[in-house]
Amino acid sequence: MDAREIIARRVAKEFKDGMVINLGFGIPTLSSNFIPEGINVILQTENGGLLFGPKPERGHSDPDVANAGGEPITMLHGSSTFDLAVSFGIIRGGHVDATVLGALEVDENGNIANWKIPGKFVPGMGGGMDLLVGAKRVIVAMTHTDKKGNPKILKNCTLPLSASGVVNLIITEKAVIEVTPEGLLLKEISPNVTLEEVIKSTEAELIIPQKLQTTLV
Amino acid sequence: MAVIKSIRQTLEHIENGNSIMIGGFLGVGAPIRLIDEIADSNITDLTIISAVASNPYETFDIGKLTKKNKIKKFIGAHIGTDPNLVKQYNEGKVEVEFNPMGTLIERIRAAGSGLGGILTPTGLGTEMEQGREKIMVNGKPFLLYPPLKADIAIVKAYRADKFGNLQYKGVALNSNPIIATAANLVIAEVDEIVEVGEINPNDVGTPGIFVDIIVKGNDLPTRKKVYEDLWINAHKL
Repeated sequence: MDAREIIARRVAKEFKDGMVINLGFGIPTLSSNFIPEGINVILQTENGGLLFGPKPERGHSDPDVANAGGEPITMLHGSSTFDLAVSFGIIRGGHVDATVLGALEVDENGNIANWKIPGKFVPGMGGGMDLLVGAKRVIVAMTHTDKKGNPKILKNCTLPLSASGVVNLIITEKAVIEVTPEGLLLKEISPNVTLEEVIKSTEAELIIPQKLQTTLV
Repeated sequence: MAVIKSIRQTLEHIENGNSIMIGGFLGVGAPIRLIDEIADSNITDLTIISAVASNPYETFDIGKLTKKNKIKKFIGAHIGTDPNLVKQYNEGKVEVEFNPMGTLIERIRAAGSGLGGILTPTGLGTEMEQGREKIMVNGKPFLLYPPLKADIAIVKAYRADKFGNLQYKGVALNSNPIIATAANLVIAEVDEIVEVGEINPNDVGTPGIFVDIIVKGNDLPTRKKVYEDLWINAHKL
């Protein structure tokens, strides 16, 4: 199981029956493949739909039904469609129970940077900034370090922020970390990963509880 | 009351330097025939306002405008799907004004509905605060944004009746009904044009009073094939 799948499987355990959820692209979207049996969530696509399903069969795509990545999807029974003002009203207005997003950096204060590396990579924030301030629960799903092995969980974010003090939970291939008023609380570590390894690959201070759980995915 | 024109005739209403809101989301619900025609014309120096840039899979949708260097300024939430636009932005050839998507759409809605601006919590504690007034309401901070209007809005709907009433389909509403309220000239590209009365009043997504010009674009079977081919080539089907 690669890092992405470990993260996606663990993310899916955060989903509860009936939750309205918005998933960012990449690992977050992957997590929809691992939703536990018996748990039905209502997925929102910010371009304007609720309750969408997997991609259609060839020959059955609808040119007017796609997700926020421009990919063909299907609408499930009970689904609804709406314009962007309603869609972002749902998002900003606190009607989304949880959002799962990737990040470039997260810090001890729950700050998140995921839209811009000045001078290098400026794709834009899309709907991310709205989701971060509006969703009731913000889950960050990302690899623990960047491609060079540098920590992404920092004392203070260095990149331009996407939102300030909004992150609730960080899920990586190494650990699950909760953002609390006291700081970052290490909740779980993955099997075959040592506590030392997690501490070494995290720049931020971690609060280590006496009883540390092993992540089961 | 709206008038029906050909795609070519419609181009006569667009001038160099115009600001144009274009409906659609990564090409879905986008007026692709009118975009193609503008891309092939001599019109240039456009300010394009759109939630996101082009469809990511091939040169399609707004991507045709950037490929032909038609854009001077882009106002939207995301450009990462269009390599040409990203390159032109990095080289300083195109100015980009990033707005969070929910902020952008509310600014447009405000312009179309006579509001003096919007107050949003989105972007608090980020560089979005720069140059913006922060206003406290009931003890909570919000950022003030002005309304956003354009010279022209080009929307894509499923059908129009001859009065200009528009009916949308699927997830293809996206920005279309909003931008249709916020421009001096509103052009609607549709799959088919039907007689007045054929669209049930409850199915009207944009009342005809907002629409100035109706243009017949690709019919539904043609659009089905265009998007099916696009997605198959991109290994999304």
